Amino acid sequence: MTTTKEHELPVQELERVTIRFAGDSGDGMQLTGTQFTRTAAVFGNDISTLPDFPAEIRAPAGSLPGVSGFQISFSSTDIHTPGDQPDVLVAMNPAALKTNIGELPAGGALIVNSDAFTQANLNKAAYASNPLTDGSLKSFTVFEIPISTLNERSLDGLDMTTKQKDLTKNFFALGLMFWLYERSMEPTLHWIDSKFSARPVIADANKRALKAGYAYGETTEMFHTHYRVRPAHLPPGTYRNITGNEATALGFLSASKLAGRPLFYGSYPITPASDILHQLSGYKTFGVKTFQAEDEIAAIGAAIGASYGGALGLTASSGPGIALKSEAMGLAVMVELPLVVIDVQRAGPSTGMPTKNEQADLLQVMFGRNSDSPLPIVAPATPGECFDYAIEAWRLALKYMTPVVYLSDAFLATGSEPWRIPSTADLPSIGVPNATKGDGPFYPYLRDPDTLARPWAVPGTAGLEHRIGGLEKADVTGNVSYDPENHHRMQMLRAAKVAGIADDIAPLEVFGPANGDLLILGWGSTYGAIRSAVERLQAEGHSVAHAHLRHLNPFPANTEDVIRSYRKVLIPEVNLGQLLMLIRARYLVDAVGYDRVRGKPFRIVEIVNEAVQILKGLE
Amino acid sequence: MTMDTNGAATPMNGDQPALSPENAQVIALTRKDFVSDQEVRWCPGCGDYSILAQTQKVMPDFGYKKEDIVFISGIGCSGRLPYYMNTFGFHTIHGRAPTLATGLKAARPDLMVWVITGDGDALSIGGNHVIHSMRRNVDINLVMFNNRIYGLTKGQASPTSEFGKRTKSSPMGTIDTPIMPLTIALASEASFVARSVDTHTEHLQNTLERAGRHKGSSFVEVLQNCNIFNDGAWRDFTDREVREDRMLLLEDRKPMIFGKDRDKGIRLRGLHPEVVTIGENGVTEADLLVHDEAAEEPYLALMLSRMFWPDFPVPVGVFRAINRPTHDQLIEGQLATAVARAGEGDLDTVLNGGETWTVS
Repeated sequence: MTTTKEHELPVQELERVTIRFAGDSGDGMQLTGTQFTRTAAVFGNDISTLPDFPAEIRAPAGSLPGVSGFQISFSSTDIHTPGDQPDVLVAMNPAALKTNIGELPAGGALIVNSDAFTQANLNKAAYASNPLTDGSLKSFTVFEIPISTLNERSLDGLDMTTKQKDLTKNFFALGLMFWLYERSMEPTLHWIDSKFSARPVIADANKRALKAGYAYGETTEMFHTHYRVRPAHLPPGTYRNITGNEATALGFLSASKLAGRPLFYGSYPITPASDILHQLSGYKTFGVKTFQAEDEIAAIGAAIGASYGGALGLTASSGPGIALKSEAMGLAVMVELPLVVIDVQRAGPSTGMPTKNEQADLLQVMFGRNSDSPLPIVAPATPGECFDYAIEAWRLALKYMTPVVYLSDAFLATGSEPWRIPSTADLPSIGVPNATKGDGPFYPYLRDPDTLARPWAVPGTAGLEHRIGGLEKADVTGNVSYDPENHHRMQMLRAAKVAGIADDIAPLEVFGPANGDLLILGWGSTYGAIRSAVERLQAEGHSVAHAHLRHLNPFPANTEDVIRSYRKVLIPEVNLGQLLMLIRARYLVDAVGYDRVRGKPFRIVEIVNEAVQILKGLE
Repeated sequence: MTMDTNGAATPMNGDQPALSPENAQVIALTRKDFVSDQEVRWCPGCGDYSILAQTQKVMPDFGYKKEDIVFISGIGCSGRLPYYMNTFGFHTIHGRAPTLATGLKAARPDLMVWVITGDGDALSIGGNHVIHSMRRNVDINLVMFNNRIYGLTKGQASPTSEFGKRTKSSPMGTIDTPIMPLTIALASEASFVARSVDTHTEHLQNTLERAGRHKGSSFVEVLQNCNIFNDGAWRDFTDREVREDRMLLLEDRKPMIFGKDRDKGIRLRGLHPEVVTIGENGVTEADLLVHDEAAEEPYLALMLSRMFWPDFPVPVGVFRAINRPTHDQLIEGQLATAVARAGEGDLDTVLNGGETWTVS
């Protein structure tokens, strides 16, 4: 910029802003969103993010399937979701505009890279006419900016090809947003320096692009105001921004430390669980052993083998991989070894929509094995909670000698929020049942009278030589048995062991009145939308409460008391009514469901509207 | 020279004595120590009895304590073997024994791990795992009982059944070409590959002994008879009267000679092996192929793995035995390197990693 205009723009205070960056999957939208997130987090806002990207690594440039988006909501108050709708949409090309404009409310701000609206790109996005000129965007506040041209000009003189220069235009857009929301460029400038330390020209280009975008906001008269979102009042502590997958990996690392047993992670690459493998493979200095198996079955087989040897055997997948692992999960039920199976759920059935969200594997992990094959299921509700429930999963697996399923999903896995970092001294302890040689013969299926857990007798322990396997076991001795009464007894024991966990887990907590008109019951990543909806309903004077299950098998002991304390129970799920089926079957309560499976999280307003309809029916 | 004398099991290529001097003094176990209290329930006359007996017989030689030995099996008649060994044992699910063994060995490099499997378990449902455990050189001893039939499910064709074989599942004959197990093992980069026969007890003992002492993936095919569903599976060349003429006993660094009169040999013609008679057409011992277990490239072993009766004598013994780093050694090596570079991991440091901010 050669000219500097002096003007003091008015500053408008906002409580909360939601921005969506959308562009081609090669445009660096995930990076742009992540950088904005870090900056907002370090500034002290509460944040919630929703990355939304295609499964194709590089779909044809400019095409509709190739659009990649990242939504961030940042706020001066406590927030639970990445926002129903963006306040600002940044669209880097026509395809990004087309796929995202439907969610921008009337009056919303739309920033477009006008350079990208060429006839060729309009054709790729199947636009019959140019939306920038045909009047179709008149209900929005449109800012047409020739981002590519301006950006290229700011990089004059750098030894780069035009194509390389064009790759930095996302930083121009980011710089502009930093200016618009009074953000410091420093964290991103530092990040660029460290990321491209070996390539100074690239580093210089990205920094120039960022600063040019910032200066553009400052010096043009296009924007009549800029916005301030003050830091949120979060509980005291040290924070970091964390995604669910990051918290999951840290939680399992911590569980290993707390149990004093090494972590073995067997995994086969699958979206959206692979990042857990990437992260855990970097914890070699903690003795974490990661194993990229030949397939999903080998991944869980190796994890069971490691657990048999006394390590913490962990495996992860998403729905299709869990289907492949089910026989081995049944083996773990039968041999009663500790094991944790992570399911980062995604939209299905079959390959479905690999990068899109769904919470529809509940019945799969609950019942998807031959015979009655009970195992505990835990499900964190927020990205930060993924840490706590990783530890909880191992506490249960070790105390009860059982495989445990840990249900995450694509939204939790890739979404992020500020996370108050715990001190390791405050983490719960995890007991490990060590079997040792006593007097007399060793019985591998002699159970602890309280937990019904069998001993963990690992190879290398003298006097404990024994044989286990998938064949039915004789009670106590563990020898192969086809005795009819024994089989019945063992089925009952396996079921009772898991059911008994209900008394050893946190009771179901209620947010709102202890009894009243409506309880909204949820599980997993719907937490934020439900909580926000209930806050809104309560503020409007409705008698509504929220309860969120983190243990799905068994349910907390007070679950029935809670759901019977309201005239109506509503269960919103991103599936076609799976928890609903379990609750109705188990408690004979006439709960109703609210299901939306679009590969996206719920909007707050949808749950509010549904609740209002139900409340009207009660009048 | 008979098939049952394969010489003493001295440490050879790729072998490491498992018996440490300390253990040798402390542990004085016998075959009986490895016999469990469970009643053996294979069909009377099954070849599995002999494999079990030879396995129990060689166990004391390795110098491992009973509690440091684990037998892992899949599904099939062979899968029952761990119940009969008084060691740690795990009867897993169909085809997956190598996966559990891989995880166990990675977590516990101190253990001696055996995988017991069959032709259906290892080559059909579990084929993928055999390939990958071998290429990783997981330090396991995989013993595959090959009876060319599904026995436990009562007589269906297996991946090693002869083309055209009539079974319950193939009344007009199988239309699938059989797999050569050792060719698969070699193609999977197994570092130890051998074959023996259930009834050739001394040879089987020696072969198991070599496999057990080998550091890395050992693949042992045991030709085994199923007297109920595939009786005489290998009789044509394993019977006492014919075996010297129809089998080739592999001995390292020795010319490939066979036959009752020790006058037959294997010579290379172009890229193909051929059977020749010493003394005929000017053939001398010097013309014969010389076995080399430790050859870096497995060309010779691959060729041997495809020689079969009736076109050729069936080779038995050690086809390949080479040294390369094992899976658990490589894992431990990376952990040690990481610690040497950065020190032991500190949990608080990792939890506080990345950008943080403080709210007071």
